[in-house]
Amino acid sequence: MLKNIRIALWVAVAVALVGVGALLWHADRQEQAAAFKPEFSLPDEAGTIYTAADFRGKHVLVFFGFTNCPDICPTTMAEVAQVMDDLGPEAAEVQPVFISVDPVRDRESGLGEYLEAFHPSILGLAGDEAATQAAVGSFKVFGERHEDASAPGGYTMSHSSSLYLLGPRGDWLRQFEYGTPADDITADLKERL
Amino acid sequence: MLKSTAAALVLATILPASAFAECVEVTQGNITVSAAWSRATIGTERPAVFYVTIRNDGGSDERLVGIETPVADMPMLHESVMENGAARMSHVDQIVIAPIDAVSLEPGGYHGMLMDLQTELVEGTTFPVTLLFEKSGPVTIDTAVLPLRAREAACEEAL
Ligand SMILES: [Cu+2]
Repeated sequence: MLKNIRIALWVAVAVALVGVGALLWHADRQEQAAAFKPEFSLPDEAGTIYTAADFRGKHVLVFFGFTNCPDICPTTMAEVAQVMDDLGPEAAEVQPVFISVDPVRDRESGLGEYLEAFHPSILGLAGDEAATQAAVGSFKVFGERHEDASAPGGYTMSHSSSLYLLGPRGDWLRQFEYGTPADDITADLKERL
Repeated sequence: MLKSTAAALVLATILPASAFAECVEVTQGNITVSAAWSRATIGTERPAVFYVTIRNDGGSDERLVGIETPVADMPMLHESVMENGAARMSHVDQIVIAPIDAVSLEPGGYHGMLMDLQTELVEGTTFPVTLLFEKSGPVTIDTAVLPLRAREAACEEAL
């Protein structure tokens, strides 16, 4: 009998230790996530420089892409446009940003007009090579040029295809992988707004 | 009164029919091609896209080996591939359609890449695309130009 109680107590101790460990690990993870504030400093078509700090107070939905991409990029921008429509008045608290990973070509072909056709709220940014790579690096994402004879202009880009969500203090909140339905993104945002 | 009721009845019949119109379908031999659509473009500088569904009712593999269209001088079969969360498009020589199976060129996968666009694609119009099959030969289908924001075909597939 006494032995059974002793075993039960040891089990309780083990459960408590695992619980505390999990709590500590969780707190640590949250702290790490809270500490991650991706930065960018890039111009729109008119030359106005925007940084992550300009959108404090808003949730920011960031996508890295290029407009010579007729498949993944328009599909994702169409989802973003749907999200902005479905948010209704709360859309004012969300800023979608398209960062070009092919900035020279995108500036030439008119990035603003292209994004406007999806939704007037989407801000297109296209900087120089260094500023673009700095943004890509800060988000810990990917955007790289590949020479390819079967692509327009002889090259194409590989780029991270998720949408990245920054919170009102510029902290990284989460990513939505390519193909996440607009309804899921809208529901997630509505819970936060 | 009777007139407006009649008009309402007609509308009630037409509206659902047009909202869920059946896709244009072209059959040649064992191959049926349907739900061909594209997105409107702004000008001709950027490549356009071509999506379609292909059904193979035959007893052996069929292969789509290329596409042709008067709206683009350099049409090509492409595939979007994801590697470690990064997307990239690459050229594919052929798309295999297994017997009694269907393959869709659709967002995030296979697509026709219409480069060297010769004309702006205007929403609400159509343009022909000819699919070149290894066994069944060329099959031409009218492709619907949907809004830039479209995410899928605007018709019901008769699969
Ligand atoms: Cu492509």
